[in-house]
Amino acid sequence: MRAIPWLLLALLALVPWMGLGNYILHLVIMILVWSFVYTSWSLMGRFGLVSLGHGAFLGIGAYTVTMLWNHFGITPWVGMVAGVALAAVVAVLIGYPCFRFRITGHYFALVTLALSEIARLVIVALRDQTGGSLGVTPKTALAGGESYSLFALQFAQKEVWFYVMLGCWLFALWVWRRVDRSMARYAMEAISQEEDAAASVGVNVTRTKLMITVLSAAMTAFGGVLYGQYQLYVNPDTVSGIGISLQIVFAVIAGGMFVQLGPTVGAVFTLLLAEGLRVGIGHDVHGLDTFIYGALLVLFIIYMPSGILGKLSELWRRRAAAPQGAPARVRL
Amino acid sequence: MQVFDIFLLEAILNGLLFGGVLALLALGLNLVFGVIDVVWICYAELMMIGMYTVYFLYTVYKLPLIVAFAGGVLVVAVLGVILHVLVIRPVLNSEPINQLLVTGGVLFFLQAAATLAFGVQFRNLGVSLPSLQLGEIFLPYSRIFAALTALVAMTLLYLFLRKTYIGTAIRAISQDRAIMPLMGVSPARIYLVTSAIGGGLAGLGACLLVLQYDVHPAIGLSFGPITFLICVLGGLGNMVGGFVAAFIFAQLISVGGFFFHIEWGYVMAFLFFVVMMFVRPQGLLAKKA
Amino acid sequence: MLELREITAGYGSFQALFGVSLKVDAGEAVAVIGPNGAGKTTLLRVVSKLIDASAGEVLMEGRRVNEVEPHRVIELGIAHVPENRRLFPRLTIEENLRMGAYVASARAHFAERLAYVYELFPRLAERRSQLAGTLSGGEQQMCAIARGLMSKPRLLLLDEPSAGLAPVIVQRIFDLVHRLRDEGYTVLIVEQNVQQVLKVVDRAYLLEVGRIKASGRAADLAASDDIRRAYVGL
Repeated sequence: MRAIPWLLLALLALVPWMGLGNYILHLVIMILVWSFVYTSWSLMGRFGLVSLGHGAFLGIGAYTVTMLWNHFGITPWVGMVAGVALAAVVAVLIGYPCFRFRITGHYFALVTLALSEIARLVIVALRDQTGGSLGVTPKTALAGGESYSLFALQFAQKEVWFYVMLGCWLFALWVWRRVDRSMARYAMEAISQEEDAAASVGVNVTRTKLMITVLSAAMTAFGGVLYGQYQLYVNPDTVSGIGISLQIVFAVIAGGMFVQLGPTVGAVFTLLLAEGLRVGIGHDVHGLDTFIYGALLVLFIIYMPSGILGKLSELWRRRAAAPQGAPARVRL
Repeated sequence: MQVFDIFLLEAILNGLLFGGVLALLALGLNLVFGVIDVVWICYAELMMIGMYTVYFLYTVYKLPLIVAFAGGVLVVAVLGVILHVLVIRPVLNSEPINQLLVTGGVLFFLQAAATLAFGVQFRNLGVSLPSLQLGEIFLPYSRIFAALTALVAMTLLYLFLRKTYIGTAIRAISQDRAIMPLMGVSPARIYLVTSAIGGGLAGLGACLLVLQYDVHPAIGLSFGPITFLICVLGGLGNMVGGFVAAFIFAQLISVGGFFFHIEWGYVMAFLFFVVMMFVRPQGLLAKKA
Repeated sequence: MLELREITAGYGSFQALFGVSLKVDAGEAVAVIGPNGAGKTTLLRVVSKLIDASAGEVLMEGRRVNEVEPHRVIELGIAHVPENRRLFPRLTIEENLRMGAYVASARAHFAERLAYVYELFPRLAERRSQLAGTLSGGEQQMCAIARGLMSKPRLLLLDEPSAGLAPVIVQRIFDLVHRLRDEGYTVLIVEQNVQQVLKVVDRAYLLEVGRIKASGRAADLAASDDIRRAYVGL
């Protein structure tokens, strides 16, 4: 039983060799990179720190790397450090006053919403440098027909990106598990339920919240870097603003906010839905996927707040606990 | 640049006018929050539907503008009630963040619905009003009209809240919800009335803005976030605070946009918000702790 | 007029009342006394339907109250003046009184009731435009009772009106209760101040840990050994 996840992982690792074609590979890569982002967001979300501003961190990551590369020729390896650091600084800048003054719940969500909008506006306002609403492409380092440039962090072959993303995704899951097992997790849970009580037993509320926020922001920014380098195109609406922020929230809620693989399930769900609609209904029907997301988000919050995976694991646990003859079966 | 520039004055005046409409929008949001304790994240999207309503009633069905306006207000008022009954009520007893997220879903839903139904192209109402000329300053009549209407509406709302039984009940419920039944007031009914008023205010805002801006499915994004920030800055639920904050923001946008590019005006306004969070996190004139 | 039969009620898993029965006849003033946590406030809340009883019946003038919606209880002629006054702090005195007259039947007579209430409480008349949150404890209690009277109730429920008030004010409150009874209101008053309340009511019930331990005429209870032993200062 316990071997199943490892078997699946091995299977996943072999995907590029299965001859499924570039399109499928691309889909899987997108699922992996968004799973990374969603999992990073859920580090905060599961403890009640619902941020509607993670679009800002995505944008900071993607744009910092691209700008430094395009304007100064600075390698994305350095650029990513800069992007992640900048995201961390912003996280502290916003997080500290919020946590210090006990701004939580929907106030916090609104403040973070402001953040993602500021990021989007700044990106658009700096149109001369960033290309504004039209977006920007990192200058290619593969003009000479090479298939990769380590310096520019660009790879022509999807297979390479696949393994990069796979690794990062696994890293995100690992971080999730570490946070889950650590003292910080108990602290955060105590905080999310009863802040004063937590503070009175010595939990440094502000510091704990800040740590989680910075971690989440930094990882999200890194996700932005990955996304930008893979897609080789970023624009302010895909990587900042309220739209993307809400999409992150939706995916995590749909998948299951309190479970390790929940965000991943959310990514699979949203991406397959979007692709399915695109393929089934055609390119011309703008907005059908968002229409369904919107309706589903409403329905999920009302009827299934613990998400798909959450609901399933709940059902599984109930089944397993029931004193019935038949053994509980794993449902995937 | 001279310190006293006539065009700076124009920017300031335009800012005042813009502030009037923002104040109206903020009022609707604050009212709903103050009474029901829910933030309608999709507030601007409700407004967007109102704008489309006015557009279609006026340009397609060729109804008189005043009828189109009435239609706009009515449609969004009804939409507000539907929103409350179908979406908010089921989650009223769960965590506040769920209520926020559920309206986020509605935001997506409405934006996409509009895209599917009307397409992404910008639509203009086609009503062209002249501008009032004061020396070298031009103040568009559409903007003046909007600001005046907004002020009248806010005054009417104020009188309603002060002088009528229901208005008093609306003010009372945010002060002590639990004892309302003892007064013979059904909180559920008050919520419906408030949702209708909140929607109606958004609808009115739509009427006023459709005169000045083209309507398209994403226009909510241009007004939604700024409205939230105004409300948070003024203290969520605090109608006077929201009123004041609206004008401050409008000035920042207008004057900031005057000195730099218009987007920087917005950036400045948002940054001001962030700074205020450091200085006075509970909002300028916060009512609720 | 009011009858409670075998009322069982509580909050979630915590049960506060165990099969409580009592009666209040028209024109009477009845007190429910007992220590803290006995369930006295819960009792009143069951009558005004702020909470639902899990078992038992509440009858008002022969009609079952169990099915009535909370906000319609006032239409039955029951006015509940809650514990801790619970005025609307940012409304003026007059606006609070207006809320008391919210029901349609009361609105029609608002002016007349307002005059009556101001005559009863001249201090309130003086300060009618003052915000309720700025009043002193005694004034707030007056206002809360006045608000309850605005709907011309037949049954007045008073929840610990003397709580937290200075002795001089307490005296005035009980004088008021006595006066209200004389004017024809039926009063059910819940109190911890046993000594004073037994002087102004006709009958009383002793509630302890959710059950009626004793009942009878006020004078008899006041003289009873149980009461004297349990409550110091009697």
